[in-house]
Amino acid sequence: MALASKQSQVIKKSFSWGYAVTWLLLAILIIITILPFWIALKTALSTPSSLFVNPGSLLPTDATLFNFRRALGLISLEESVAAGGSGQSINFLLFLRTTLIFTALIVIAQTFFSAMAAYAFARMKFVGRELIFFFYLSALMIPNIVLFIPNFILIKNLGWLNTMQGMVAPFFLMTPFAVFFLRQFFLGIPKSLEEAAKLDGASPFGTFWRIVLPISRTPLITLAILTSINAWNEFFWPFLVGKDEEVRVLTVALQIFRTQTPQGAPDWTGLMAATFLAIIPIFILMVVLGRQVINSLQFSGMK
Amino acid sequence: MGVKSYTRPKLEQSAWRRNLKLVFNQESLTAWLFILPSLIGFVIFFAVPAVRAFMISFTEWNLLRAPKNVGLDNYRELMTDPQFWNALKVTGLYVIYNIPLQTVIGLFMAVVMDRVTKSILVRGLLVLPYLISNVVVALIFLWMLDPLLGYVNAFLGLFGIDRQPFFGSVSQALPTIAGVNIWRHMGFTALLFYAGLQSIPKSLYEAATIDGANEWRMFRHITLPLLRPVTVFVLVTSIIGSFQIFDTVAVTTQGGPVNATRVIVWYIYENAFLFFKMGYATAMSVVLFLILIVVTLLQMRILRADSSDLE
Repeated sequence: MALASKQSQVIKKSFSWGYAVTWLLLAILIIITILPFWIALKTALSTPSSLFVNPGSLLPTDATLFNFRRALGLISLEESVAAGGSGQSINFLLFLRTTLIFTALIVIAQTFFSAMAAYAFARMKFVGRELIFFFYLSALMIPNIVLFIPNFILIKNLGWLNTMQGMVAPFFLMTPFAVFFLRQFFLGIPKSLEEAAKLDGASPFGTFWRIVLPISRTPLITLAILTSINAWNEFFWPFLVGKDEEVRVLTVALQIFRTQTPQGAPDWTGLMAATFLAIIPIFILMVVLGRQVINSLQFSGMK
Repeated sequence: MGVKSYTRPKLEQSAWRRNLKLVFNQESLTAWLFILPSLIGFVIFFAVPAVRAFMISFTEWNLLRAPKNVGLDNYRELMTDPQFWNALKVTGLYVIYNIPLQTVIGLFMAVVMDRVTKSILVRGLLVLPYLISNVVVALIFLWMLDPLLGYVNAFLGLFGIDRQPFFGSVSQALPTIAGVNIWRHMGFTALLFYAGLQSIPKSLYEAATIDGANEWRMFRHITLPLLRPVTVFVLVTSIIGSFQIFDTVAVTTQGGPVNATRVIVWYIYENAFLFFKMGYATAMSVVLFLILIVVTLLQMRILRADSSDLE
């Protein structure tokens, strides 16, 4: 109550035309940001044949969940063609599963192995520490495409093209950013807890596992969020090594769906339904962990 | 004398032992075990491929037959390949369309946000496009900008503006791709600037107001200089990213119409994975790497990245 009245006081005090205009500008920017999502949803909710009727409308004509059911494979091909969809199908659930596995493998392994390395760089003394860390940092500068060609050749020679291990391999054990990010944090935590554990006879790995990881929950989650967003959205590498249907992630599936469209217009309503479904996990992440995501992103710029 | 000659070898031996201990003691063995997984990943997928890319660039290799050493031929070919020069030109133009507008809009957004709200919801909405994959964003805009049925053309029609081809025209395709990526990145840029704004002490503005400074002067003489570290970070990382534009092109125009959007990474991709000219493609990727290093160093120099304006 007290807080609310204080807030309204502040607003009253600071109301002015300048304030209103600034809010208006912000509102316009928010609308520009949101509108494309809305158009995608509106299209996904429209019947395929209604697109020609009123392209400028902000509301779906004859709203229906038909396209979502189609994208999820709940409707037979004949039915969908009869309703004006193209005969093309997108095996959404399979691609969703692949994307989930791809993301989970990368996030869990990369965070864990990078944390181990970062802890050694921050806390242990060994010959070559600075040199190796310098090499890790230098790798941040190399453009992806430089590494992707030799990496593609390696994966091909291993016979790992179109396998899950080939798709996650380059991101599995480390990225320079992950090691760098966690080392910065480990440097800042007090040593006293680890020293106490050492006196109690805990092994280095025991200390790392039972003391260091639990107290580093926040930066670990921060890194895991950044990594999962990147893995979920990764396109280039899976596009090079994982085009087969069984290992296709959503981004690659959507690109293939779009570029292999038969002559004529793509199946926009189906495509927008699949597109919107692909965004939903990010929406969920934002609703559940929004504050954490924003802090992670703000932090990524504060190195 | 006798004593000295007796102790000397002992000293030397212990020094040697100490060195050995430095490398092989308990702590460094543990440390090596801790970094081992990441080191394996680094060597296999970063260090070796970086060196290998350089080596492949001196060969002619289609992956079917053994690589043939051709010395500097690939680099010579680059110099006379009009497509390569076109790719550099298109990429440069793209960066010019993309970066200034994106940075200015991002800064504007941040200042506006800083004025009226600290709401995490507003920040969350504005940064949403950045969290969506390039592929999805490209598809949504491909649809919104469709020449016949797209929402944007219908909207322009309300004001009596003719239908625009956007991705389909030589003159509009590249600016359109830049526009799409400005939309995706402006909120994230704003978020970084916003975080930077929070670190500027409010007392500076109060003092300036007492001195009778107007809004613009405060922005020009307090905000901008104190935001420089953030600005450097934003510019350096977004320019490096912008030079490597690929995903949006792969989904929308695939280099066309004609050569209008054949950016450097797309052209490298075509050479490596469609024409199987591995040597030629890696040579171009090495050149791109060198260009990025030069651009980054120049920026650090121009923006005086190492000095701070606070104090």
